[in-house]
Amino acid sequence: MGAAKPVNVELKHIHKYFGDVHANDDVCLTIASGTIQGIVGENGAGKSTLMKVLSGFIQADEGEILLDGRKVVIRSPADASRYKIGMLHQDPLDFPSMRVMDNLLIGDGGGQIPNRKAVRQKFLELQQQFDFVINPDDFVDSLTVGERQQLEILRLLMQGARVLILDEPTTGISALQKEKLFATLQKLASQGMVIAFVSHKLEEIEALCQRVVVMRSGRVVGEAGQPYKVDDLVRLMFGKVITLGKPQHLVGSEEVLTVSNLEIESPRLRISGVNLTVHRGEVIGLAGMEGSGQVLFLRACGGLLRPIEKSKISVNGRDLTHQPYRKFLDAGVAYVPANRLAAGLVPGLTLADHFALVEESQPFLIAKDRVNDLTRRRIETFNIIGTPVSRVEELSGGNQQRALLALQGTALNLLLIEHPARGLDIESTIWIWGNLKERCKQGAAIIFISSDLEQILQYSDRIVVFFGGKTSAPLPAEEMDAEKLGQLIGGKGL
Amino acid sequence: MKKGLFGWRGLVFQMLGVVLALAFTSLVLLVAKGDPFAAFINILRGSLGSIESFTNGMVAWVPLLLATAGVLITFSAGLWNIGIEGQITLGAIFTTGLLRLLQDSSLPPAVIIALGILAGPLGGAIWAALAGALRTYGDVSEIFGGLGLNFVATTLTLWLIFGPWKRPGIGSMSGTEPFPERLWLPFIGDLRLSWWSVIIGLVAMLVVFIILSNTYFGLKLKAVGKNSRAAFILGIPTDRYRMLAFIYCGMLGGIAGAVQVVGVYHRLIPSISSSYGYLGLMVAMLVNYNALWVAPVALFFALLNIGSIQLPIVLGLDSTLSGILQGALVLFMIMMDGVRRRVFHKTRRSDL
Repeated sequence: MGAAKPVNVELKHIHKYFGDVHANDDVCLTIASGTIQGIVGENGAGKSTLMKVLSGFIQADEGEILLDGRKVVIRSPADASRYKIGMLHQDPLDFPSMRVMDNLLIGDGGGQIPNRKAVRQKFLELQQQFDFVINPDDFVDSLTVGERQQLEILRLLMQGARVLILDEPTTGISALQKEKLFATLQKLASQGMVIAFVSHKLEEIEALCQRVVVMRSGRVVGEAGQPYKVDDLVRLMFGKVITLGKPQHLVGSEEVLTVSNLEIESPRLRISGVNLTVHRGEVIGLAGMEGSGQVLFLRACGGLLRPIEKSKISVNGRDLTHQPYRKFLDAGVAYVPANRLAAGLVPGLTLADHFALVEESQPFLIAKDRVNDLTRRRIETFNIIGTPVSRVEELSGGNQQRALLALQGTALNLLLIEHPARGLDIESTIWIWGNLKERCKQGAAIIFISSDLEQILQYSDRIVVFFGGKTSAPLPAEEMDAEKLGQLIGGKGL
Repeated sequence: MKKGLFGWRGLVFQMLGVVLALAFTSLVLLVAKGDPFAAFINILRGSLGSIESFTNGMVAWVPLLLATAGVLITFSAGLWNIGIEGQITLGAIFTTGLLRLLQDSSLPPAVIIALGILAGPLGGAIWAALAGALRTYGDVSEIFGGLGLNFVATTLTLWLIFGPWKRPGIGSMSGTEPFPERLWLPFIGDLRLSWWSVIIGLVAMLVVFIILSNTYFGLKLKAVGKNSRAAFILGIPTDRYRMLAFIYCGMLGGIAGAVQVVGVYHRLIPSISSSYGYLGLMVAMLVNYNALWVAPVALFFALLNIGSIQLPIVLGLDSTLSGILQGALVLFMIMMDGVRRRVFHKTRRSDL
């Protein structure tokens, strides 16, 4: 790490095709040693493709990569690792059911018999340098996403990485962990490392990166250094200026959901005494660090998790406490999980299959023409880029999210959503929220979880903050700002 | 729907898989000091040489078709119903039991046969429901549960043959006392094949094909099989669908058992399932769970089985050679499918 030799990275005229899609179109990028280079662009702009080329996960169809002026060929992640290039993926690529120590040893590659003592020593030293606190004997699946990311960074550093690529690293981690991550990256850059930071969040680029390139439709369309003119970057990213618009409040008077005395127990967390009443058209944002109890609460509201005895949940005046999930569905409650391909959609099935699955009238045979018509209409209404026969795993993240929302019934009472816009760019986020607010107008209430404070402030009517299983009273969003909210999330004043 | 292994692009690779399987089997034969060419000719002659041998192949085809149709349903729900063997056996036991009960009654034989054939799926469904309940409510993998129940089914058969249902005098491995000819499914002329069993097999296959390709039930089964978590959140009662998949599969296995009794052996014998269940799992894998291809591939496998019966007599080779060839075919064709995907799509594990 400290002793790692500085290196300059050059990508020259990179082309990459996926079928008809020109994912990288003559991309050139030079990153000097000691630089944190931002790479921004909307979803599908080609950022991740470029980084995967550099890290050996895919190979460019044309173009070359130079390290310190010397041409190298990177055919696989193992090659990249040999050139000391390490990539931190959107989802951590670790071994969740193993201990932290074993994860470190897997990447160690030092002979048949691992030197546990030395690896542990090195890990602890490194971790101290960056102010991380991970117990090497913990199981990886007991760590938060942020901690797993820290583990991954440490592992790459232990392998001697000189180039660190981060793909949307702040998705799913808490504000505090984000601060720590940024401090770590700045420290590493000052030691001469090259850091490529992929994001679609401009405020992160502003806070962290010395330089930034903007990508759109596979090309580099602009480059800038500090200080940035944010409006210019947005115009480059989208080809137009985008503003969020004024918050809309559509709260009605009729009560949709009443939660009283909710008590949930999980192996890691205990939530007790939560009371909340939600009205038609109302949007409730659940804020907090990952793993503070928001998901447990949301799942209990949706009937996917059974609360403890004295808790009471009713929807539209109907008591649903301890009722099976089916009854919640019948009462017009819908649940949209964050992990689209693992819990929301069925990979291998097409869009038309999905719409058939949730059709209201289901005779014995599927009327394919009718289903296809319905699917085409939904595709159009929900702005999904795909056809009825597209399999869901072929869609981009933003389109998967639109499809998932399109699958939810139209006459809902309560919509529960984990991270409605995770990993989506501003344009998609605005679209998704436009659609959600439309549902509010039709009488649905929404409860959502997000780690994006701006989204919570912009779209919620009231906010509930979670910290270690404790909850705040529902706070009117108008009276909150990012700073106040940040303090509550950190546990101050709760 | 999933493209089968037989898409036009893959045809060359599939043929290559067949060639490799033949080569591998030849190698095994050479090691066993046999003449591969003579063996293959013999299998061909034994299966296609005469109308008798071909219809004998079709006699084996029907239960294989039924078993394969059954496991296609459980495969769709993401389940490895290896217990299909036991479900066939229980079907045969139930059918035999009912025929024994009614054979001396005054009911017309056709009614007795029909009731016997209906008893089979009941037995198969009960046995499958046991494996299903173990899986769904007891968290016992259906592979272990099914395997265990297979052993129980075999033991049950032996107990019946040597115990309560033993032949007058002394029980023997040749099975229970054969039923009178009026309780047999009518044969075609002098052949051992009955049109009735062929019709039952084909109709069952057709029904399963329609269910899996064009019904809400089939679509939901697939959703449960591919991602049960998402299926549950979308409102599909996953436990119920898993149970139903087991039960329907068990029913088809049970019909296979019933046909073995009323159409082939006319009694209960120790190995009444004849491994058609295991073979059915192989056929299902080979056709990549595409119901359209089951009938021809199952016929091919059945002919291989029948064709190699003569091997011990003519060439002094063991008749399990057909098993080696069938296993090699499945392995090599699935392997060639992987090769094809590598060549054409260049997908690598790391891209996933």
